Amino acid sequence: MIAGLLFYMFALVLLASAVGVVTIRRPVPAVLLLILCFFNAAGLFLLLGAEFLAFILLIVYVGAVAVLFLFVVMMLDVRGQDDLRERSRRYLPVGLGMGGVLLVQMLIVALLWQEPSSPVAQAAPEQVSNTVALGRVLYTDFIYPFQLAGVILLVAMVGAISLTLRKPRKIKKQKATEQILRRREDVIEIRKIKTGEGAL
Amino acid sequence: MIQTVLTIGLGHYLALSGLLFVIGALGVVLNRRNVIILLMAIELMLLSVNINLVAFSHFLGDLSGQVFAMLVLTVAAAESAIGLAIMVVAFRKRGSLALDDFAQMKG
Repeated sequence: MIAGLLFYMFALVLLASAVGVVTIRRPVPAVLLLILCFFNAAGLFLLLGAEFLAFILLIVYVGAVAVLFLFVVMMLDVRGQDDLRERSRRYLPVGLGMGGVLLVQMLIVALLWQEPSSPVAQAAPEQVSNTVALGRVLYTDFIYPFQLAGVILLVAMVGAISLTLRKPRKIKKQKATEQILRRREDVIEIRKIKTGEGAL
Repeated sequence: MIQTVLTIGLGHYLALSGLLFVIGALGVVLNRRNVIILLMAIELMLLSVNINLVAFSHFLGDLSGQVFAMLVLTVAAAESAIGLAIMVVAFRKRGSLALDDFAQMKG
């Protein structure tokens, strides 16, 4: 009963703020609405008994990704453009068509789907919390995907840093081979100058 | 009547995540303002996928759905980091983030 009411509350706020994210004009309120979205999704995860994922969602998304978005938005100082209405009207038929197709496809799948008979990974026993059960599955059955996720994060980190790192303007670098190959007679010329004729 | 409305099943969650996905996809297509909103719409789509996975995991009694949701979270975080980095570089080069300014390869 209470869970049902909570579901409707979370779902309605989630959908409303999602619509706000994609329709609002200025970026900063959009990021704040995205944070609201993630909070409500975390509430839904709690209702589903996935506590660990709910808190991961809060920590990773609200704590890191959304703040990253906010930083970038504030750093770049983006101004909104004026002829937005006309532009979005031009793209409206394409967008609505695509959304309609997606919706129909998902309805077809939802109508044709049948419940599988046996679960792949064991569900959590009642006396073990969700986090413990998830850890047991994650570090045994799913150890390779877990490690692969770490590699993906490493690649993303290297990529992001190498994309945005700015080198200093005039970089002075030692070239050891040129220094070693340099000989005295290539660069120094000795001239005998008579007394009194030095200045040209 | 009220009992049947308030009993939440798998279908409710699937409908919610479907709607959220469509909103995110519409945001990707309709939005021509700037790349930030585009990235946020992609985040919304990934979030709807996560809701889908966790709902199935709950109603089927199968924990692998939650493991996959975690992997999706990882990939989404990596994607937004790379996307924001590309955005910063593009803004430095062009001085704007409007999507129509990045149509050089459109043909």
